[in-house]
Amino acid sequence: MIELKDVRKSFDGVEVLKGISTKFETGKVNLVIGSSGHGKSVMMKCMVGLLNPTSGNVFYDDRDFTNLEYSELRAVRREIGMLFQGTALFDSLTIEENVEFTLKMFTKMTKAERNDRVNFCLEQVDMPGINDKYPAEISGGMQKRVGIARAIALDIKYLFCDEPNSGLDPVTSRLIDELLHQITDEFNITTIINTHDMKTVFDIGDEVIFIYKGTNEWSGKVSDIRSSGNEMLTNFIKASFFE
Amino acid sequence: MYFADGIIFTADMTFFYQFGKYLLFLKGMFSKPEKLSVYIDRTITEMNNIGVGSLAIVVIIAIFQGAVTTLQIAYQLISPLIAKPVIGSIVSDSSMLELAPTITCLVLAGKVGSHIASEIGSMKVREQVDALEVMGINSSGYLALPKIVGGLIMIPLLVVISIFLSNLGGVIAGEASGILTSEEYLQGARESFLPYNLFFALVKAVTYAFIITSVSAYQGYTTEGGALEVGASSTRAVVYSAVAILFSDYLLAQLML
Repeated sequence: MIELKDVRKSFDGVEVLKGISTKFETGKVNLVIGSSGHGKSVMMKCMVGLLNPTSGNVFYDDRDFTNLEYSELRAVRREIGMLFQGTALFDSLTIEENVEFTLKMFTKMTKAERNDRVNFCLEQVDMPGINDKYPAEISGGMQKRVGIARAIALDIKYLFCDEPNSGLDPVTSRLIDELLHQITDEFNITTIINTHDMKTVFDIGDEVIFIYKGTNEWSGKVSDIRSSGNEMLTNFIKASFFE
Repeated sequence: MYFADGIIFTADMTFFYQFGKYLLFLKGMFSKPEKLSVYIDRTITEMNNIGVGSLAIVVIIAIFQGAVTTLQIAYQLISPLIAKPVIGSIVSDSSMLELAPTITCLVLAGKVGSHIASEIGSMKVREQVDALEVMGINSSGYLALPKIVGGLIMIPLLVVISIFLSNLGGVIAGEASGILTSEEYLQGARESFLPYNLFFALVKAVTYAFIITSVSAYQGYTTEGGALEVGASSTRAVVYSAVAILFSDYLLAQLML
């Protein structure tokens, strides 16, 4: 479980996150929704440690991530997998080397064991047999899947996805959604997805947090969204369906 | 005037702000490596990129540099009162003390520096540096340290090669133009040779190597934005490295000669 307690973040005196408190449960697909520029990505970056919150705390299963020593911070990060909006695969490495990367850095696995794990991860995302290709040689949807394979290569506990469907066609988007849902169930991890794709929300979401102007405007179960009575959320959902 | 991290800066403080960030970047590189063998592999790769990858341009520059210097020195010094080996001694000393280390490293600032800055800058703007951090890897150490170590090993070697080839160029030009024989050239070079001059050239080479690799890595690592900013970082890397090389050239000459 990941918990945020009154997390605030300012840039040059402008407060972007205005005291967000929430919990993300283990084994569930937690969705963070909201319009662009309202603080979703900043919140995610504060959670994974790419940005330091101005104040407030982020807890990973009771470990205060915001106040850990650098070595402890790195240890927690090894339990984190992240799928970036632009995939962030290393261009100079093959698909196999990309997925193998964390295994090579952090485990004492032999080359054969690493190969087995890489093949297992690529099979999980339905991408077997592309080990020797480079990221530039595969499509955007395939890159996203490889990004997921790389994220789950180590035995992670937390999976973060920043706009996993951006730039993908609707069919591929649904495949990625199903994949994320399946991985969350299979590995019993805490998955947090930043999105403004309401189809994703209704297809795979368990819990939702709606960020509006840097605040936690509404949070609850996906099934309660339509009856939330929150005007901002209702407007956001309407706008999403008429995009 | 701009505002950063709660402190108001004026334009004349920018240099100190950037220099402080550069020092923090260097400090950040030195943490326990996640896996030493990976860092060694990366260092060998960088040694190949920096050293072997730059060999051709260094060879061409060094030979022509020695040849042209010989012709120009001869043009200025040909006189019945001056022994011909003097030309060899001047070209040899100039190559060792200044031309080989400084000119070679200015060229390497362009070739190696721009490559390092654009490589790391591209990774930065495409979130690959963030990906390394999220994985728990010290991104500045992983990306910059092997390049700096690779540069510190290979650039002095390139400078030694450049000194040798510069003299070879001088010998060839002397023979080809009929100004002096190779024996006369080598006699002058041998008579004026001081081991301290070679040591001085190596000190310069190590200093310049550190400047080129670390300044360029810093420029790449601090890139924000897109493709345009990667190009700007690459340009800044070359300009700042060249200025820092020239400044330290003067400083080292003042301190060591």
